[in-house]
Amino acid sequence: MKGNFIDNLPKVYGIYTGGFIGFIIIMAIAEQMGMTAKAIGIAFVAFTVFIYALIGWLSRTAQADAYYVAGRQVPTVFNGMATAADWMSGASFVAMAGGIYFKGYGYMALLVGWTGGYVLVASLLAPYLRKFGCYTVPDFIGTRYGGNLARFSAVVVLTVASFTYVTAQINATGTIASVALDIPFQYAVYVGLISILLCSMLGGMRGVTWTQVAQYIVLIIAYLLPVFWISNKMGAGFFPHFMLADEVARIGELEQQFGFVKNAAADLKSVPKGLAGITKAHSAVNATPWAFISLALAMMMGTASLPHVMMRYFTTPSVKAARKSVGWSLFFIFLLYSSAPMLATLSKLSLIDPNLPTGIIGKTFAEVEAIDWYQNWNQANLMFISDFNGNGTLELNEFFMGGKAVVLATPEIAGLPYVISGLVAAGGMAAAMSTADGLILAIANAISHDVYYKIIDPKAETAKRLLVARVLLVVIGFAGATIAAMEIQGILGSVIWAFDFAMSGLFFPLVLGVWWKRANRQGAIAGMLGGLVAGAWYLVWVRTGGSGFLGITQLTFGIFGSAVSLVLMVVVSLMTAEPDKATQKMVDDVRVPSGKSILGRSH
Amino acid sequence: MSNQQKHWEKTRGLLFITLAIWFVFSIGIFLFGAEMNKVTGPFGYPWTYWFTCQGSLGAFVILIFWFANRQEKIDEEFGFSEREDE
Repeated sequence: MKGNFIDNLPKVYGIYTGGFIGFIIIMAIAEQMGMTAKAIGIAFVAFTVFIYALIGWLSRTAQADAYYVAGRQVPTVFNGMATAADWMSGASFVAMAGGIYFKGYGYMALLVGWTGGYVLVASLLAPYLRKFGCYTVPDFIGTRYGGNLARFSAVVVLTVASFTYVTAQINATGTIASVALDIPFQYAVYVGLISILLCSMLGGMRGVTWTQVAQYIVLIIAYLLPVFWISNKMGAGFFPHFMLADEVARIGELEQQFGFVKNAAADLKSVPKGLAGITKAHSAVNATPWAFISLALAMMMGTASLPHVMMRYFTTPSVKAARKSVGWSLFFIFLLYSSAPMLATLSKLSLIDPNLPTGIIGKTFAEVEAIDWYQNWNQANLMFISDFNGNGTLELNEFFMGGKAVVLATPEIAGLPYVISGLVAAGGMAAAMSTADGLILAIANAISHDVYYKIIDPKAETAKRLLVARVLLVVIGFAGATIAAMEIQGILGSVIWAFDFAMSGLFFPLVLGVWWKRANRQGAIAGMLGGLVAGAWYLVWVRTGGSGFLGITQLTFGIFGSAVSLVLMVVVSLMTAEPDKATQKMVDDVRVPSGKSILGRSH
Repeated sequence: MSNQQKHWEKTRGLLFITLAIWFVFSIGIFLFGAEMNKVTGPFGYPWTYWFTCQGSLGAFVILIFWFANRQEKIDEEFGFSEREDE
């Protein structure tokens, strides 16, 4: 191939995508020829992870700016894809459609929140932080406000938020690896971890960037293909996004017909942990405006404060490209997010509509228990039925399912070949791995660059800095995997907490750093630490039986944390001296795209 | 007022417009979620349901590209856009 790697990107990833589709077709043929379901699952996960590891190895580097910011030469659209993979975690891929399936409107606040946040990223922060020329988010805080304490406070907030998030992602890679490779979860977690480290250890941000693009391609094919296929197979419409209105209305009708019967507490005790029944309307508004808006708002402000997302925009060639790249990121995210409600609709209708051949509500228990896919998913602890009223027929309130089953089981229920289930496993693995990589790198880079290089040993040579960075990457990865192996929190719960922690400590210090010249060091430190402590306190208080106030729950505690952060930051800044002339000049320079970046190209 | 001050004033103006549109699609319309959902909207979906699935999400995508283009124009107008060789 002629020219350098960057110029050839469309060609390289075009060939890659073609190759991946070829692999799917080969697997489909192999299935017809008698390859077992288990072998297909292993082939999908092993093949894709091998490709990512290969990309990681090809991207190895010994230069600081390649390791930290991929040499700042990632083109707009590709950075958009990488960000989308970085962003869409195992939770988005595996759990989101399930959440919509069970909770309907109240849950869809997350769809709005996890997309709307990008408007804040594009308009308030990304272009300015790109102009700044920092390697990490604490690098911006440390230089804008000055002093090691400010830098260190930012590292603390970043670590708390990202670490909460990463354990959930390693947990997700472990879950998928354990199902696909058929090994116990305790070992699968470490298989997941090693796959993650293979992508990031040698090439740092450069390696992560090019694997994330590859992972995006796998995960989006794995998500969209089944949705379109199922929709066509059910006769619901060849383009589901525009054609499911009748299906949505039909679910509403069935809900009316069946009614939401409340189960007795004693009956519910027999249901395995983690499974739930359909208790909320599918498309009706079932949450108060504040419950919906507060959750969306918390997720939006959290989006704009999460360092692993922000640092993706440090890798673009220019400020202009950083702005456009945010738009592309959201476009690529939109492709998956707008499909999740469609999948939830198709999944629910295929299960509950007695007029469809796949519908199980209204059938006898003996009939349902004889279905192959029911037996499989019952064994996997993701489906459960129990005849509470003893009439021998399955009612809506007697059917229970795990949230993951919506994505994992629907292809099988709809009668798609097993090759699709293998593809979905590879997609889930890609989603969880790409996010875990971004997060581990964000933490390790912040500690190696901001704590080790900027605070402890500013004279360290590049080779030594990168060695420290890599050692930290492994240490943090193993710490995350160890906690993930203990299975303390569900995947989705800890993801939402991460957003709340990030917004409590970082949202206002970042935004005001650009938009309010008067913000100073004392104010920023008070805002970061005060916000984080206030948010954490509120979470503990509500978790230990506190009543909370203003309808702020354990999922939206960041609203309280960030409010405290804002007040502290403004009051303390105004009570202390204004920043010196040099700092004010620095803020002026950040506000225009032209001219040199604040920090040198390699620093 | 210096060139840079004027540039920043316009940039700030664009920010407020962007945030106002963002507010409408992320918060404003959901104040009336229950009322709006009674009306049939695009492709036959109820309005509120459609906004949560597609409408608001799509609006954000368009808004960011619109914002990026406007901001580029502002930067050019005051001579602050980046040179290609930087």
